Amino acid sequence: MSIQLDSRIPSGPLAQKWDRHRFEMKLVNPANKRKNTIIVVGSGLAGGAAAATMSELGYNVKCFCFQDSPRRAHSIAAQGGINAAKNYQNDGDSVYRLFYDTIKGGDFRSREANVYRLAELSVNIIDQCVAQGVPFAREYGGLLANRSFGGAQVSRTFYARGQTGQQLLLGAYQALERQIARGGVKMFPRTEMLDLVVIDGKARGIVTRNLVTGAVESHAGEAVVLATGGYGNVFYLSTNAQGSNATAIWRAYKRGAAFANPCFTQIHPTCIPVSGEYQSKLTLMSESLRNDGRVWVPKKAGDKRDPRQIPENERDYFLERKYPSFGNLAPRDIASRAAKEVCDEGRGVGETGLGVYLDFADAIKRLGRDAIKERYGNLFEMYERITNENPYEAPMRIYPAVHYTMGGLWVDYNLMSTIDGLHVTGEANFSDHGANRLGASALMQGLADGYFIIPNTIGDYLGSHKLQKVDASHDAFRSVENEVSERTKRFLSIRGTRTVASFHRELGKIMWDYCGMTRNEAGLKLALEKISALRTAFWHGLNVTGSDVELNQALEKAGRVADFLELGELMCIDALHRSESCGGHFREESQTADGEALRDDENFAYVAAWEFAGEGHSPTLNKEPLAFENVKLTQRSYE
Amino acid sequence: MNLTLHVWRQAGPELSGKMVVYKANDISPDMSFLEMLDVVNERLTDNGEVPIAFDHDCREGICGMCGLMINGVAHGPMNGTATCQLHMRSFKDGDTIYIEPWRARAFPVIKDLTVDRSALDRIIQAGGFISAPTGGAQDANAILVPKESVDNAMDAAACIGCGACVAACPNASASLFTAAKVSHLGLLPQGQPERYRRALAMVEQMDLEKFGSCTLHGECQEACPKEISIDTITRMNHDYIRARLIGTRP
Repeated sequence: MSIQLDSRIPSGPLAQKWDRHRFEMKLVNPANKRKNTIIVVGSGLAGGAAAATMSELGYNVKCFCFQDSPRRAHSIAAQGGINAAKNYQNDGDSVYRLFYDTIKGGDFRSREANVYRLAELSVNIIDQCVAQGVPFAREYGGLLANRSFGGAQVSRTFYARGQTGQQLLLGAYQALERQIARGGVKMFPRTEMLDLVVIDGKARGIVTRNLVTGAVESHAGEAVVLATGGYGNVFYLSTNAQGSNATAIWRAYKRGAAFANPCFTQIHPTCIPVSGEYQSKLTLMSESLRNDGRVWVPKKAGDKRDPRQIPENERDYFLERKYPSFGNLAPRDIASRAAKEVCDEGRGVGETGLGVYLDFADAIKRLGRDAIKERYGNLFEMYERITNENPYEAPMRIYPAVHYTMGGLWVDYNLMSTIDGLHVTGEANFSDHGANRLGASALMQGLADGYFIIPNTIGDYLGSHKLQKVDASHDAFRSVENEVSERTKRFLSIRGTRTVASFHRELGKIMWDYCGMTRNEAGLKLALEKISALRTAFWHGLNVTGSDVELNQALEKAGRVADFLELGELMCIDALHRSESCGGHFREESQTADGEALRDDENFAYVAAWEFAGEGHSPTLNKEPLAFENVKLTQRSYE
Repeated sequence: MNLTLHVWRQAGPELSGKMVVYKANDISPDMSFLEMLDVVNERLTDNGEVPIAFDHDCREGICGMCGLMINGVAHGPMNGTATCQLHMRSFKDGDTIYIEPWRARAFPVIKDLTVDRSALDRIIQAGGFISAPTGGAQDANAILVPKESVDNAMDAAACIGCGACVAACPNASASLFTAAKVSHLGLLPQGQPERYRRALAMVEQMDLEKFGSCTLHGECQEACPKEISIDTITRMNHDYIRARLIGTRP
C-alpha cells in the first residue's frame, strides 16, 4: 500500500464538524486570490457552480467542457427535483433526518461527516437558487411547493416541473456567464481534457484537445478540479448523454488518484424499455412519477391481455405488496431488483417481456386528468413521443436502466483526491451516496460541492502549500502532450474493420449481463476474460476514418471507449472482491431469506480505493474503514 | 423503411459545401432521427468514408445541442420536438429527406451539420442573469412569488438554447431566444432590480452578433421545441423601450 487514505474528517460532534472546519481552514487573502489559477473541468452543477463561485471570490478560473456551451452539461437532464431539509411542510423533517435517510439509503457505505454536511448545506442551496431566479414550483399563496421522492417518508423535494436539473443548471450557467463577461472565468467549450499533469507530486495542470481543430494544448494552474460526471456509459445503454465519459477521471487514476467503489452503480427503476439493437440511449421517466403511478405486473406468467382488460384481482402491485410502508416509493436499487425479479418469473410485459406497468389510472380517477397533466405533463409527452403510446389512456411500460455511478475518484473531506491539488466534485467523486443514491440527491450534492464546499476548501489547500510557479512551458507538459498526441494518432493508425460503436455496444452488453443489477463470482470472472479479449480486439480491429486535425467525433469516441474498456475491468474486479451485497451492488451469494441485499459489516464496512499499479499489473486495494458513531448499522428495511 | 437522404457536407469552416446523396435502407420506424444518422454513419465508416458530423448529446430533448433543418423545417415536422426526439415513424417508406445545418450569419458552419452557436452564450453574458453571488441569499420562502408569475416564468425558462428560432426566422433574428430569458427573469421579483438594464444589454448584444431584426413573422414559435410564445418578444420590446426612455445604461 503506497497511498495514505487520510479522510481528514474534522474532530468534534457531527453537527459542528463543518462549522469548526471552516474556522480552522487556511484562508487566501483577497489580493492573492487572483494570482491563483484554478482549472475546472466540466460545467455541470458541480463544475459550473464551482467555477462561478471561485471567480466571485477572486480566483482566476479556467473552465473546460466538451460540449459547445457550458449550458449543455448533462445535469440539465435531471427531471424530478432536489432535496432540502427545509421542513416547510412541517412533516417532521430535519437536517438529521435527511442525513439519516441518505446514510441508510446508501446502505451504510458512506461517511457520516460528509453526508451530514450535505444535509446541512441542502437548505442554503435552495436559498441560493431562488435568489438566482430558479422558478421552483409554488403554491397559490406564493410559498414553495414540495413533492415526495423514494426512500423518504417526508416531502422535501423542490422541483421545477419535470425540468429541475435544467433550471438549476441554467442558474449556475448564468452565474458562470456573468463571471465570464467580468473576465474572472475563461471558458473553453468544445475542449476535452485528455490527461492530467502532475509535477512534484502535485496536480499542476491538464492537457486538452481542441475538438474543432484537433490542437493539443496545455493549461497550467495552482489546482485542478474535476467535475466531469459519472461513468454510466461504460454500459453503452444508459440514461447518460452520448458524450458523458470517464476519460478525465480515468486519466487521473492512471496518474495516481485512487478510484473508490467503482462497482457501485445505480440502476434506475423507471426508464422506457429498450426497443431495438440500434438504440443509442435509454430515457428516464422521473422517479417523481411514483408519487402517483402504481407499479404492477399480471399475477399470471405470460398474460398477454391488454392491461386495461386485466381485472384488479389478477394484478400484482409488487412494490406495495413487498414494501407496504414505502410502497411505490421504495428506493431505486430495491425497486429495480423487484422489477427484474418479476420479469425473471415470466411476468414481464411488452413485446420483450422486459417491462412492468406504471399505471396512472387510479390517480387520474382520484385527482383528474388536469392535475396529473400539471404535475407530469412534459414527462407524459416525452413518453408518447418515444413510444407512440398515450400514458393517459394506457399504463406506461418501464424497465430499469443504468443511471448514476456512486463510485468515483476517492476524495477526503476537503474533496481532494490522493493527488495533492487534484479535487473532485459531484458525480465524479465517490463521497456521499454510499452504495445507492436516493432520488433528488444528485443535484443536491453537485451544488453543495460546487457552491459551498470546494470554494472554501480550495483556499485551505492553496493557503497551506507553498507552490512553485509553474507555467505550460514546463517540460512535464511537453511530455504529456506527446503522449496524448501519440495516443490520438494510434486510433487512426489501426485501420481495422470495426467501428467504435460496435466495440462499445459489446462492452456494454458484457457489463450489463455480468456487472449489472445482480452479480456473482462466476459471471464476474467470465466478464474479466471477455473484457480483456475485447480490449485486444479493439486495439487490433478498430476503424476510425478522417484525421486528427479536424472535428472528428468518431476519434473522440474512440478515446472514451478505450478508457471504458479499462474502467469496466476495474469495476468487475471491485465487484468480485466485495462478496457482500449492499445497495445497488447485489451479489447473488449474499442475500437475506427474503432476497434482499445482505451486508457483511464485519468484513466490508470500508471504502475500496483502488490504486493504479502500472499497465499489465493488477490494481492495489487500499481500504478506508468507515466508522459509524452516530447511526446504528441495521439491515435496511422498507417493509 | 428505405430512404434517400440529401445531406449538407462541408469539410471545414472556410471551405465550400454541397448536398450529397446517401441511401438509407432498412431503417426502423422506431428509431429516432439521430439513430438513423448513426446507422448511416456506421455504414459510411465501414466503407472507409468520413461520417457525417452533427451535434447531439442528451438525446432526450433537453440539452439543446442537436438541431437540424429537415426538409427546410427546423427540428423537422413534429411540433414541440427537438431533432433527437423526432422518430422515423414521422416519415414514410421511400421518402426523400433534405438535411441541412442551421443557416444564419451568426452561426458559422464548423463542419457538415455542426454550427458555432457561441453568440447565444454572449447574449446571456450581456445580462441574462440575476446578480446573486453565492452565499448572501435570504430564506427561500421570504419572498412570496405568485403561482401565476412563476408558471409564466417557467414557460419562458424552458428554452433549451438550441437556436431553432434563429434558423427558422427569415431574418435570422435571435429575438425569441433573448426574449425568453428577458421574460423568465423579468417575471420574478428577484429579477426586478436589473430588469431594464438586462433587456437593453441583451438586445444590443444581439445586434452586435449580427442577428437580424424581428419583424414578427412568428416562424420562431412554430419551430421552438419548447413551444415558447412570441408574447415574450412583446415583453422584451416593452422592457427595451422603457429602458431607452428612462435612460438606462447597459
